[in-house]
Amino acid sequence: MDRRYFLIGLTTAFTFCAAPILAITKAGAKKLVDSLVKDINKVIASGKSQEAMYSDFEKIFERYSDKSYISAYAMGVDGRRATSAQKRAFSKAFQSYIARKYGARFQEFIGGKLEVGSVKKVKSWYEVSTTAYLRNEAPFDVTFQVSDRAGKNLFFNMYIEGVNLLLTERTEVGALVDRNGGSIDGMISDLKKAS
Amino acid sequence: MVPRLSASRSFMTAFLVLTVSACTSIGSKTVSSNGIYDPYEKQNRQIHEFNRSIDKALVRPAALGYTSIVPDEIEDSVSNFSRNLSSPSIIVNSLLQGDLNGAGVGTFRFTMNSTIGFLGLFDPASIFFDIQEHDADFGETLYVWGVGEGAYLELPFLGPSNQRDTVGMLVDFFTNPLSYIGLDSPEKYFGAGSRVARGLSSRGRYSDAVDSILYESADSYSQARLMGTQNRRFELGDENANVEADPFALDTEGF
Repeated sequence: MDRRYFLIGLTTAFTFCAAPILAITKAGAKKLVDSLVKDINKVIASGKSQEAMYSDFEKIFERYSDKSYISAYAMGVDGRRATSAQKRAFSKAFQSYIARKYGARFQEFIGGKLEVGSVKKVKSWYEVSTTAYLRNEAPFDVTFQVSDRAGKNLFFNMYIEGVNLLLTERTEVGALVDRNGGSIDGMISDLKKAS
Repeated sequence: MVPRLSASRSFMTAFLVLTVSACTSIGSKTVSSNGIYDPYEKQNRQIHEFNRSIDKALVRPAALGYTSIVPDEIEDSVSNFSRNLSSPSIIVNSLLQGDLNGAGVGTFRFTMNSTIGFLGLFDPASIFFDIQEHDADFGETLYVWGVGEGAYLELPFLGPSNQRDTVGMLVDFFTNPLSYIGLDSPEKYFGAGSRVARGLSSRGRYSDAVDSILYESADSYSQARLMGTQNRRFELGDENANVEADPFALDTEGF
């Protein structure tokens, strides 16, 4: 076989492979956020107790978010000197802290809803814009960032009116490390108590 | 009651002097945290502590009282009245930014709400005509003109800001004709009073969210600085100034 045909064949094969993957990511990013928003709206409308809602949010977080990325980002430079045991303990404590903290925030959404809007490609990931409608409030913007870094589409960050929540949490974790005189274990135990 | 006005003016002038001297004293050292230039962190933190204590002792209880006692309809009307008074600034700044559409929206809203909206107590422009509020201020105009945000500043009573927005706020105050109307009558306090009430109204409504930043975070100064700055950049459409991380570039091994 001629080398040129081989190359053409290879290019065609590559194009056929690559096209569906990109298409899946764009549609997939929207599909992920659609389904995420549906689940959040369901919890908001359920009228369950605060405790029950926290555990529902923790499950949503578990299912839809890139947990290892979020934990690694939140720990920031301190992650470089953390032991594997500390990393695992931090991930666990951080996820439950996030569910408590944002679960409490989502309570303000009771009677309101999120609506999915446009999808935009940014570098190697997608940004899905949603609008939050709360009672008696001007609608505001909630953006989810979605990537397939971990092998499937998961959200790895969100912005509320331009405020980067991961950066906010990394600042918080850094402040907890400082407060504990640089001790990672001290920070983890504070995180377990934080609301 | 002119002395009262000149007192508030000299207070504002002191601010302006402070800001301008701050502008000129930017040295070569770059103090930056999360992409925010904050060379006056020490002074800012002192002001933050002052703001926190004022909030705890005065603003928070007043806001919670205000939102729980005053019916929502009246609260909304007072906020509408205050917003309507800032319309002339919005129109002028839209024009300065070359935003004719914004100036038109501002003019329509001001005309409608000042007349059939009973001096701005109601907002028929958005209720009947679906012409929503369009915001513009001189800080934004400076941004459009290419002025950088300068150093981060936390202002007494007002919270997170920066040099550009502080100058913008002062210019808006002195150029708004409504700041000068009714100098010798009690009505002159209506504008300032409604502005304070509008502030209390949002402090009361977002009470839990604000409390979690001011009283539950490990470093409330850093949180307020980060959120205030990012939110303002978002408002201005200046998101490139924020740091973007590539999710594929981070080492997540072990998490």
